[in-house]
Amino acid sequence: MASELLKATDVSEVFGGLKAVSDFNVHIDRGELVGLIGPNGAGKTTAFNLFTGVYQPTTGEIVFDGKSIVGLKPYQITQRGIARTFQNIRLFSELTVLDNVKIAFHFHVKYGLLEAVCRAGRYFREEEEIEAESMKLLEIFHLEKQAGELAKNLPYGAQRRLEIARALAAKPKLLLLDEPAAGMNPQETKELMEMISWIRREFGLTILLIEHDMSLVMGICERIYVLEYGTIIAQGTPEEIRKDPEVIRAYLGGEA
Amino acid sequence: MEVTQQILQQLVNGISLGSIYALIALGYTMIYGIIKLINFAHGDIYMVGAYIGFFAITQAHLSIVPALLISFVVTGILGMVVEKLAYKPLRHAPRISVLITAIGVSFFLEYTSMYFVSPTPRTFPAMFGDVAVTVGGIVINGQQMLILGITAVLMVILTYVVQKTKTGKAMRAASFDTETAQLMGIDSDRIISITFGIGSALAAVAGVLVGVYYNSIDPLMGIMPGLKAFVAAVLGGIGILPGAVVGGLILGVVEAFVSGFVSSTFRDAAAFAILILVLLFKPTGLFGKNTKEKV
Amino acid sequence: MKYLRKNDFIMLGFAVVLFAVLQGLISGRVLNSFWQLNLLIVGINVIMSVSLNLINGYTGQFSLGHAGFMAVGAYVGVVLTTNFHAPFAAALLAGAAAAGFLGFLIGIPTLRLRGDYLAIATLGLGEIIRIVIMNIQYVGGAAGFKGIPHHTNFAWVFFLMLFALFFIKNFVNSTHGRACLAIRENEIAAESMGINTTKYKVMAFTIGAAFAGVAGGLFAHCFYIINPASFTFMQSFNYLIMVVLGGLGSITGSIAGAFVVTFISAALASWPEFRMIIYALALILLMFYRPQGLFGYMEVTNMGIFRRIFRKGGHN
Repeated sequence: MASELLKATDVSEVFGGLKAVSDFNVHIDRGELVGLIGPNGAGKTTAFNLFTGVYQPTTGEIVFDGKSIVGLKPYQITQRGIARTFQNIRLFSELTVLDNVKIAFHFHVKYGLLEAVCRAGRYFREEEEIEAESMKLLEIFHLEKQAGELAKNLPYGAQRRLEIARALAAKPKLLLLDEPAAGMNPQETKELMEMISWIRREFGLTILLIEHDMSLVMGICERIYVLEYGTIIAQGTPEEIRKDPEVIRAYLGGEA
Repeated sequence: MEVTQQILQQLVNGISLGSIYALIALGYTMIYGIIKLINFAHGDIYMVGAYIGFFAITQAHLSIVPALLISFVVTGILGMVVEKLAYKPLRHAPRISVLITAIGVSFFLEYTSMYFVSPTPRTFPAMFGDVAVTVGGIVINGQQMLILGITAVLMVILTYVVQKTKTGKAMRAASFDTETAQLMGIDSDRIISITFGIGSALAAVAGVLVGVYYNSIDPLMGIMPGLKAFVAAVLGGIGILPGAVVGGLILGVVEAFVSGFVSSTFRDAAAFAILILVLLFKPTGLFGKNTKEKV
Repeated sequence: MKYLRKNDFIMLGFAVVLFAVLQGLISGRVLNSFWQLNLLIVGINVIMSVSLNLINGYTGQFSLGHAGFMAVGAYVGVVLTTNFHAPFAAALLAGAAAAGFLGFLIGIPTLRLRGDYLAIATLGLGEIIRIVIMNIQYVGGAAGFKGIPHHTNFAWVFFLMLFALFFIKNFVNSTHGRACLAIRENEIAAESMGINTTKYKVMAFTIGAAFAGVAGGLFAHCFYIINPASFTFMQSFNYLIMVVLGGLGSITGSIAGAFVVTFISAALASWPEFRMIIYALALILLMFYRPQGLFGYMEVTNMGIFRRIFRKGGHN
């Protein structure tokens, strides 16, 4: 199917005898906003690491945009069109906010080493474009005033937004957000969610997001996967998930 | 027969030399294990130990065992002082700052020693005359017996201290996870200080033994053995005590074979070649476990 | 953006004036031969420190083997000029190529290592290079290589230094340089932004090694004889100290570091017994009170007084 952007089939990941993820089956269609939820240690971030090449699946197949991405390095997968954010923020903290975003344009840049060193050819034009596009992204995330500040000096919520801006600068087809609202207050969370919906429409993105906060995921995702102990225990629309006895058991504890 | 004998003889020489590397490597590995510092000054501590032993023997006319003891204690204290003055203020500084400081301390020890004892090498008095045992054509001389004996005794004591005593347990806990150890009520500053003390004292013994073995000491004698001991520590798996000993012995034997059968000018290259091979194929060393950064 | 080229020209103008002044001092024999030699050494040390800074400061890969690459450049250079009577420029180029190529070969496997492990591996490789040279009788072995023509003069050193500075400045301010910075800051994030981290680490290492080769060629042709003892790991430490003293990740800092270290050690030459002790204490105190070095990440072109002259954009 042409509308399918990402498809993981029977993926398992074993760490020294421990199954972090097993028989994992997920598919995401173009333009969808899908949520991946589950209790702590359920394997959500492991799933992200599998999609982005940080880990290689022990068994199974992952197809992105019609081609297998198993065996590719993280940077190659990013170049194919998957960008991500991290649960524990990983900004380039000693660099400016602007440079953080500029870096992500890296593999779209065409000028070579010689042009860079001689400051000739496409260097100036492309650098100007990168700067302009970076500033546009920063404006979207209300960070344009802090462009010259070091990333480490931004407040927490702004760092989270910068991570998303940086991921977008890589011009992905699929954006993976790992707990984008972690540590934010309800007001910030609400604004962030509106922002996510907006950029999705604006950039024509497909988004997969991990979230802890159930209410939040229910609010914006069209489809949700629920992960527990490395396996998917439920999937469906927010309405279906809300009523699913397995999910209630996993989240509230006790026997189903 | 000739060849076997030569091989065995080089093995004996190599193990003697390797014991010395092992003693230095133990200090390196303990210090790295606890504060993650390549203590470039460790080889110079060993040099200072050699000089203290030298003066104890030549000026105070002591015999080898009291000289070793004095050097052990005084150099141990020196190690603790160096840690307190130079490294403790940088406990939370970036790693490269501490490393540069270690290089600074190394230069300081080398050139202050040079100022006080002059750069000319000193001749260590011969301690054993021609005492030697011959087993099946292989000569084990008095110095080698001394080295092997002292090293063995120190290993036993160190193992006891690290495994059985309260301090030893605290050291192991702190090298596993300094912060958690601190939360468990371990005074990590004290433990780090003790680690430097023990490590430096062991290096001092190695220094005196080298003086006895090669008869010659000089203020820059610590540079190469210091680096090679680090190689030994990496080879065994940094932070792992038995690893340092095994690493030291392997390195000593390889060096003895290279200088005995190839050329002594390639001796130093052999050590570094081992280092690079280990780092490329098993960076965690022979006894180390693999760890991966969590994403 | 349009000020960029203008900035470069202003810098170049400054440099030419500086060159004219210094060359005047040399030609007019205001500087005696001791200080003349030190001026050459400063220039060579600037090339060494700025190229090491590319590896250590900008890419965050801890290399302690820089003197080894310098040795390669030096020996390749002197063999070509002395034994084959090659022109100096060709010899320098060949030395740079050889050192760069060796850096490339060594870089591919070793740059997988991190932090201290990489430091100690590069230290070991630098020593291996030296020991191998020491065992090649063709280049004089441990006794050294004699009869080197005295090709290096102030003009060669100054303009090659300028070339190295502009090369590395422009590299750092391009997408390639930003890739290196990203690796220093967070390798995992860099990779997830589509940066081939291995490629850029090896690239920085190769460029750094090649410039060390150039510096080696210049250094060797200052003297009648060179020997492997000039390229020990102690020498690599010296370059590291220059970089850290000036500030990891600052080109201005590398220049300042090379200046300060070279001139302090020249000035203390009259007190040889205290020279290294003072040097050691200075080093320790610097780490206590200014661990980020003199300039930190700053460049002189970013500072207040120069802002007015340069009217800075995002680049320099």
